[in-house]
Amino acid sequence: MGYGARMISDTIFALSSAPGKAGVAVIRVSGPKAWESYQALSGDIKMQPRQAAVRSLKHPDSGEIIDQAMVIGFKAPASFTGEDVIEYHCHGSPAVLEEMFDVLAAQNSHRLAQHGEFTRRAFENGKLDLTEAEAIADLIDAETKAQKEQAITQMSGALSTLYNSWIKDLTKALAYIEAIIDFPDEDVPDSETAQAMPAIQKLYEEINGHLNDNRRGERLRNGLQVVIIGAPNAGKSSLINVLAQRDVAIVSDLAGTTRDIIEVHLNLNGYPVIIADTAGLRPEQIGATGHEAIESEGIKRALKKAEEADLKILLVDAEQSEIADHTLSLIDDSTIVVVNKVDLALDIEKTFHVKQGDEAAFISTKTEAGISEFLDRLSHKISDLMKVSRETPSLTRQRHRQYLEESALYLEQAINETQPELMAQNLRSAVNSLGRITGRVDVEDLLDVIFKDFCIGK
Amino acid sequence: MKIQFDQEYDVIVIGGGHAGCEAAAASARLGANTALLTNKLETIGVMSCNPAIGGLGKGHLVREIDALDGVMGKVIDQAGIQFRMLNASKGPAVRGPRAQADRKLYREAMQKTLKNYPNLTLLEGAADDFILDDNEIKGVKTEDGLILKAQAVILTTGTFLRGLIHRGTDKIPAGRVGEKPTVNLAETLINLGFPMQRLKTGTPARLDGTTIDWGALEVQKADSNPVPFSYMTEKITVPQIDCHITYTNENTHQIIRDNLHLAPMYSGQIDGTGPRYCPSIEDKVVRFADKNRHQIFLEPEGLDDSTVYPNGISNALPIDVQATMLKTIRGLENAVVKEWAYAIEYDYCDPRDLKNTLESKRLKGLFLAGQINGTTGYEEAAAQGLMAGLNAAAQAASVSRETANPYTLDRAQAYIGVLIDDLISRGAPEPYRMFTSRAEYRLLLRSDNADQRLTDIGIEWGCVGAERQKHWAGKKTALAAARAMVKSLNETPSKLIEKGVSVNQDGRRRNAFELLRYPDVKWEQLIAIWPELDDVEAPIREQVEIDALYDGYMGRQQAEIESFRRDEALKLPQSLDYSQIGGLSNEVRQKLEMVQPETLGAASRIPGVTPAAVIALLRHVKKRAA
Repeated sequence: MGYGARMISDTIFALSSAPGKAGVAVIRVSGPKAWESYQALSGDIKMQPRQAAVRSLKHPDSGEIIDQAMVIGFKAPASFTGEDVIEYHCHGSPAVLEEMFDVLAAQNSHRLAQHGEFTRRAFENGKLDLTEAEAIADLIDAETKAQKEQAITQMSGALSTLYNSWIKDLTKALAYIEAIIDFPDEDVPDSETAQAMPAIQKLYEEINGHLNDNRRGERLRNGLQVVIIGAPNAGKSSLINVLAQRDVAIVSDLAGTTRDIIEVHLNLNGYPVIIADTAGLRPEQIGATGHEAIESEGIKRALKKAEEADLKILLVDAEQSEIADHTLSLIDDSTIVVVNKVDLALDIEKTFHVKQGDEAAFISTKTEAGISEFLDRLSHKISDLMKVSRETPSLTRQRHRQYLEESALYLEQAINETQPELMAQNLRSAVNSLGRITGRVDVEDLLDVIFKDFCIGK
Repeated sequence: MKIQFDQEYDVIVIGGGHAGCEAAAASARLGANTALLTNKLETIGVMSCNPAIGGLGKGHLVREIDALDGVMGKVIDQAGIQFRMLNASKGPAVRGPRAQADRKLYREAMQKTLKNYPNLTLLEGAADDFILDDNEIKGVKTEDGLILKAQAVILTTGTFLRGLIHRGTDKIPAGRVGEKPTVNLAETLINLGFPMQRLKTGTPARLDGTTIDWGALEVQKADSNPVPFSYMTEKITVPQIDCHITYTNENTHQIIRDNLHLAPMYSGQIDGTGPRYCPSIEDKVVRFADKNRHQIFLEPEGLDDSTVYPNGISNALPIDVQATMLKTIRGLENAVVKEWAYAIEYDYCDPRDLKNTLESKRLKGLFLAGQINGTTGYEEAAAQGLMAGLNAAAQAASVSRETANPYTLDRAQAYIGVLIDDLISRGAPEPYRMFTSRAEYRLLLRSDNADQRLTDIGIEWGCVGAERQKHWAGKKTALAAARAMVKSLNETPSKLIEKGVSVNQDGRRRNAFELLRYPDVKWEQLIAIWPELDDVEAPIREQVEIDALYDGYMGRQQAEIESFRRDEALKLPQSLDYSQIGGLSNEVRQKLEMVQPETLGAASRIPGVTPAAVIALLRHVKKRAA
């Protein structure tokens, strides 16, 4: 059920700490009746907001004590959600929590919160802007350290700060052009308005630079795509199993068992990595019919996946003296060549040649020889690709990318126009697109710049 | 309540300024028996400040008033002594007609127009109080004791409500210099709970032109081919004059700085907020301290009037300081002053207290228009007057106020729509003036196409007279024919290149409209290819050329308008209890309660209302509707 079908004026509650047995469990209650249910549970009518108090919580009907808890209350709008909030720091026993939830659910207009609903209410009450709200959602979902750092950077408003600084520069450039348009008889010096053009050019370049970050932020948020490719029976599934240290793919000695793409989510040195196993590459089979066709479809999918991936692991079998040309053609800068089954081959260095400068990694999925060296190299490659600077936050959302691209397009058109009203029209559109990310720009903001920077008024 | 009325009208307009004149005329055009009540009949149509009409945004408003058959455009065409098209070198969307007016000619033309206006009575007298019955207006009482009945009343008192003139430390209660302020009505409004606040504006000294050394000054000429304001005016026949430009200098600034403690804005004597776009010379000197001169336009007030309006040096300094200051200015060394500069503070009513018809939310049947709503400028006043006049007349003609059909324009139709929407959703924290930067759909809302945008609407409303209807019908037919023609005439690339039009040799036939979109292709050139284009009259040609110029932007602008209209279509019930809507912060709720926006779009334009709050509102309204 969507939010739309629920009453927003409901009082919502949920466990705010991690589920399971714990020393302390925090239940958060938010909404207009949060203090009412607190009174029903505690009998206390005098609690002060923002002051912790220890209270015996009793079942309102039976009077039986549920728990001895520390309680903190907040009054709207001075709370996380902007509503009345009560936080119960109970003992983390499942029995206590179950009873608390039963009691709360029975209270007038109380219900269990949906996923993300506290944050949503905070956003709707103006406690967070959209990028901050998204950042909190990311922080909650952040599984790896690097993801967490990015979410924290965004939450502290680094993205908002960046976008707002662009909006400010753009507003100023637009204001200068609006001043030429609206105050033709006034003392608006050309030299000052001429500053608008270089400023627009600079913004255009900055936004494009931000967009051309190789999707670093989105990768970090969604996970880096690594795909293992190679000839049938090279040991791709075995490698993925070794990496995941658990059985995720079907491993068998019969070539061509893995017909579809199987993914495993890993945490490599703090970076989220999605490694996909693919069907073996037997190019002569592409387009084949009958029984083989199923596998052929899988191969097509594998090739597509390889094209889209951030990194490729080309796995070759040390027993094979040659690699097919088709497979070699897949090697590029984002490829790590890995030679498997070194335990079987006696003279690897002599029998194996690859065309790339990068040295291949030599492993055995069976004995796990060379695996940790390979992982080091993989981590290195990933770190290079994902370097996140604290100073320049990355683009983390497709929504942001879309509006930034729109904005850059309008800036480009503005630069190419000669008529001031058409330049202004494009700049207005560019400002609106940027404003869709963090908040709208008002005409009063423009007028503020005009009247501050120019002596208007004859 | 039984009242003995002396006279009965449908609509009474209080005030004979620019809002009052346009309101009275509009109401009368719709057939309402209308009275215009003013202190002195001879001050109807007086320009109390700068003797000029039009400019950027303002000129657009005058054209729109004219397209709805209002009076201002025709009157200025009979009184303009220096016509200039501002931004003539820029695109048509941002060109603004402006004319310097001969004060006397303007006043006389306006008085003559209104004296002969069908359904309109001009009454001399001071409005003293309203006659009320249970939150509804029933009429007006004058100071002479006359009791006038009306279905609707339009209040257009300008700066007269508790007007207070400041000059140095002197304070003189007045509505204009030499005219007494309106106090009783102001008190009535306060007692009724109207949200009254103070604003301030200023005016410069008036100089005797015969004592100015013109030879020393820069000249500013009128356009050689003056373009009229009214679509009905064939040609401007009033003689055109020159204006002159001079500048303040460091000596002027020093005198001002030395005497700032005597300037009421700086001594703390004035509380009201003044306009940032029309600062006094004291403000300019203080805020732009690095500028070593400020320009002054010396504008003659009439053809046979030697008075000169020095535009750019309004102030409220004491007389002796003004005198010393003027002597430092080139050309004005020996200028004799006819009237000293002053600032005026006055009451205005926060326009967020109005509906989009300009009717008060507080008192049924009372409409407010003009400077009383916190605007400045004759054009802004007249535009509001027009709309208030139409809506007041509509109420008078209806069985009940509630069933009256509202006459409104939106932000995508007219600057009038932008003006009224801004006022009712934002209020007027400073005196409100129109700029083209306020219009989201500026490429569409042009001064050249106001008739195309509005005259058909006016005809439907019933406020456009027979003469203009006929005139417009002719133009409309010619426009449609020309537009169809340019799209039907087409030619192959090789033929076009042969005729000197450079296009790609791609074998695709191009029509004349497509060719006009090229910046280097002119109509005259195309006549060589299609001789029938020569038959299209110049004004029609110009419109088609403008269509072509902006054609690339029209799709985008139309898409924006559609999205704007979707939000406007979501009506918010007037009974909406904002405290029942979850997800609204106290601050946002208070703003919404104050404005009571009529649509979701209007709500989103209230400063401080967040996108999230708009989503919450939307959800609430949809849920109610479901």
